[in-house]
Amino acid sequence: MAAERTEISFSPGSALVCAEALYVRVNHDEILKGISLEARSGEILSIIGPAGAGKTTFLRCLNRMAELDPDLQISGSIWLDGQSIYDASVEVAILRRQVGTVFSVPIPLPMTIFENLVFGLELSGLPSNRHLQRVEAALRAAYLWEEVKDRLHEPARNLSGGQQQRLCLARTLTLEPKVLLLDEPTSGLDPISTAKIEEALQQLKSNLAVILVTNNVKQAARASDRTAFFLFGELIEFETTAQLYTNPRDRRTADYISGRFG
Amino acid sequence: MRSSGVLSASPQVTVAEPLTRRGTDALNDRIAALVIKGSAFVAILALILIFVFIGKEALPVLTSPEVHEEVSLRSLFMPQTPEAEFTWQPVSEHPKYSLMPLLAGTLKVTVIAVLIAIPLSVSGAIFTAEFASPWAREIIKPAIEILAGIPSVVVGFFCLMVVAGWLHSAFGWTYRLNAITAGVGLALAVIPIVYTVSEDAFSSVPQAYRDGSMAMGASNWQTASRVVLPSAMPGVLAACVLGFGRAIGETMIVLMASGNAAVLSFSATDSVRTFSATIAAELGEVVVGSPHYFVLFFVGAFLFILTFVTNLFGHWWVGRLQKKLQGAS
Amino acid sequence: MFDRTRLAGIFFQSLTAVACITIVAMMVIILGNILIHGIQRLSVGFLTKAPMAGMTSGGIFPAIFGTFALVLLMTIAVIPLGVATAVYMHEYAPKRSRMVHLVRLAIQNLAGVPAIVFGLFGLGFFIEFIGRGMDKAFFGGRLVYGQPAIIWAALTMALLTLPTVVVATEEALRAIPQSYREVAYSLGATRWQMIRRVVLPQAVGGILTGGILAISRGSGEVAPVMFTGAAYFLPELPTRLHNQFMELGYHVYVMTTQSPDVEATKPILYSTVLVLLMLTFLLNFTAIMIRARIRRRLRYGR
Repeated sequence: MAAERTEISFSPGSALVCAEALYVRVNHDEILKGISLEARSGEILSIIGPAGAGKTTFLRCLNRMAELDPDLQISGSIWLDGQSIYDASVEVAILRRQVGTVFSVPIPLPMTIFENLVFGLELSGLPSNRHLQRVEAALRAAYLWEEVKDRLHEPARNLSGGQQQRLCLARTLTLEPKVLLLDEPTSGLDPISTAKIEEALQQLKSNLAVILVTNNVKQAARASDRTAFFLFGELIEFETTAQLYTNPRDRRTADYISGRFG
Repeated sequence: MRSSGVLSASPQVTVAEPLTRRGTDALNDRIAALVIKGSAFVAILALILIFVFIGKEALPVLTSPEVHEEVSLRSLFMPQTPEAEFTWQPVSEHPKYSLMPLLAGTLKVTVIAVLIAIPLSVSGAIFTAEFASPWAREIIKPAIEILAGIPSVVVGFFCLMVVAGWLHSAFGWTYRLNAITAGVGLALAVIPIVYTVSEDAFSSVPQAYRDGSMAMGASNWQTASRVVLPSAMPGVLAACVLGFGRAIGETMIVLMASGNAAVLSFSATDSVRTFSATIAAELGEVVVGSPHYFVLFFVGAFLFILTFVTNLFGHWWVGRLQKKLQGAS
Repeated sequence: MFDRTRLAGIFFQSLTAVACITIVAMMVIILGNILIHGIQRLSVGFLTKAPMAGMTSGGIFPAIFGTFALVLLMTIAVIPLGVATAVYMHEYAPKRSRMVHLVRLAIQNLAGVPAIVFGLFGLGFFIEFIGRGMDKAFFGGRLVYGQPAIIWAALTMALLTLPTVVVATEEALRAIPQSYREVAYSLGATRWQMIRRVVLPQAVGGILTGGILAISRGSGEVAPVMFTGAAYFLPELPTRLHNQFMELGYHVYVMTTQSPDVEATKPILYSTVLVLLMLTFLLNFTAIMIRARIRRRLRYGR
């Protein structure tokens, strides 16, 4: 990972997470072709695009999950608060505590609700007398507290799909991340659960940078402040959501958001 | 972690937290990785050590002049003296070590076992995979598992105490314990392996093959013999190779049921002694460092290499045929 | 013409059924014979007394105790080693790596090495090399570890059963959804934390299966312990790692082939075989049950 830039200009409201010329290759295919993108705290950034556009891969680069697949070759730089996250001295586990992830399907670990919630806290070494407080805060932020506060020691599998996904959101929030990555978090959920999660994100965005990958164009339109359109590994357009949806600069963007392909 | 002050609505400068803190967790992670990698290496190391240490104790047969006073590579395989051409008599005034009677014995017993086990278990596997109703399967499969779980010393015991008596009264052979009694016992040990591996092979033949054959009017048996069996052939052959490997190395059954006479003969009703049984019977009383000791390790090395090559060949064979089958389908 | 092929088909088809019946019948005959003859002398005293009067009376307690001690030591050695090997192949090494290929090859071949060769190896390596070496280094050349001993028998047996544990553990590891691992990583787990807190708890059934199968195998095998520690007749129980011990399977062998009076020994012998069989079956049965549960989970995704 080339780290030619050692510091980054940093002012209130400026980018927390910043990708620069990010390339990802598998064998000889380029999955990402030089993506430069920044996401700030205080906003929801959504990434839209058809399947195979590289949205998920991009997300997985931000928390360094991409490198779990040894076939991927990653180059370019990603900065979190001015630190290059691909620097050799970075401890990946610590990075991932600061960059929370919600996957496209709810994946509760095969434990109780409470054990799921404190899983990350126990790993982080936070004293256990502070766990309960973190758990409650996270559950409230994920709009799940009222539903589970009396059944914390039930298996997480007993929850409904929508509850499970909010549990997964709460689970990552217990670690108080700076960045929250969501990979099509509502793709399998009913409209009510989806609305709850979107509402939670609106509340959360003041505290952290939210990056939402979605293949639901409408969701991006109603939930996000800025939108990036990916196509075949390229960043086609990156604008405020209002701008991108009312007045797209690129034809392909216009075609995609109007539903002509994808 | 961040203070709760950040909960204010406006985004603000967050003090960069170092991502580079290396705690005890990171250290544990490194230690665990080392230990686990090291453990995985033990399997390789064990195989190498087996090779080295059995080879080390077998080598004097080829190199040591003291050992050569009693035995040489030539005398192991070639005729020794005109009156006693091939004799295994390690404990006597003039010890004689000819491996030929043992080789003949091993081959005889193994071939008999394989001849009994392969037809039985392969057709048994065909029946289970192709014709059996579910309830029959529910009986056969656990039965095979139970058979596989019977310790070989128990099979040996059973052959010695029961089977030998039955066969003896039925056929009246001169020797109560002979190559056939041992072969029958050995077959019991081989059947579960051959059955399991070939049953797997039959079951993994795609259902579409059978449907296609049936659709053209083939009967159950025609489908099984002309479509399923040829497609499953690599697995069946692997099963036979693995069964053969098991038969060659098996010790307790032949030790107890073969009669243990190291005589060079080609009659299936003579008592025989195999390589493995020879080691088992004689190593306990041998003087460490004597020519006899080295010869027994030489036999062990021979056995090890034989099974090693059989196994390597088996796995290579399966892999090659599988590739071919995949290419064809 | 049509009828002849049809008849031939039915004939061959019935032949395969006969083969199956033969196999099942063999199993039933062996078990039935041993059960009928073995049950007669089985009693509490038989299980708790030492052999007496040249093994023609008394019990088999030292052999039972020795077998338990042997498999206990073996388990302590083989479980961590086998689990770590499986974890390495499945969780650490990159897919298609050369090392994994080599380890898998080694495991496959180790599984094919005859038991008697393990016995030879135990004698040549553990006793003559390690044991003698320890005696020279720590005991001034006095014979302590450089002779057959329960620790060497157990270690030899551990190598023999290593493939069993590795294969069973690997199967369990494969049954764990990859997504659990990703979740653990995403919550800031190091690889070891992920393995310890997600993978190993989930694989416990498979590890148990492997362990039980290994114990079952270890309690029945004779050839590897013949020269590495099993004693012909030894009423004293092993209390130290360098003691010899009696083993059930070896006891069966000794009584079958070297008894001075076969007819007098026969009832005891049958009961001993029955005890050995019941022990291994109980273990195998437990393992099969656990394994069936894991496979069901694998198939239906719990």
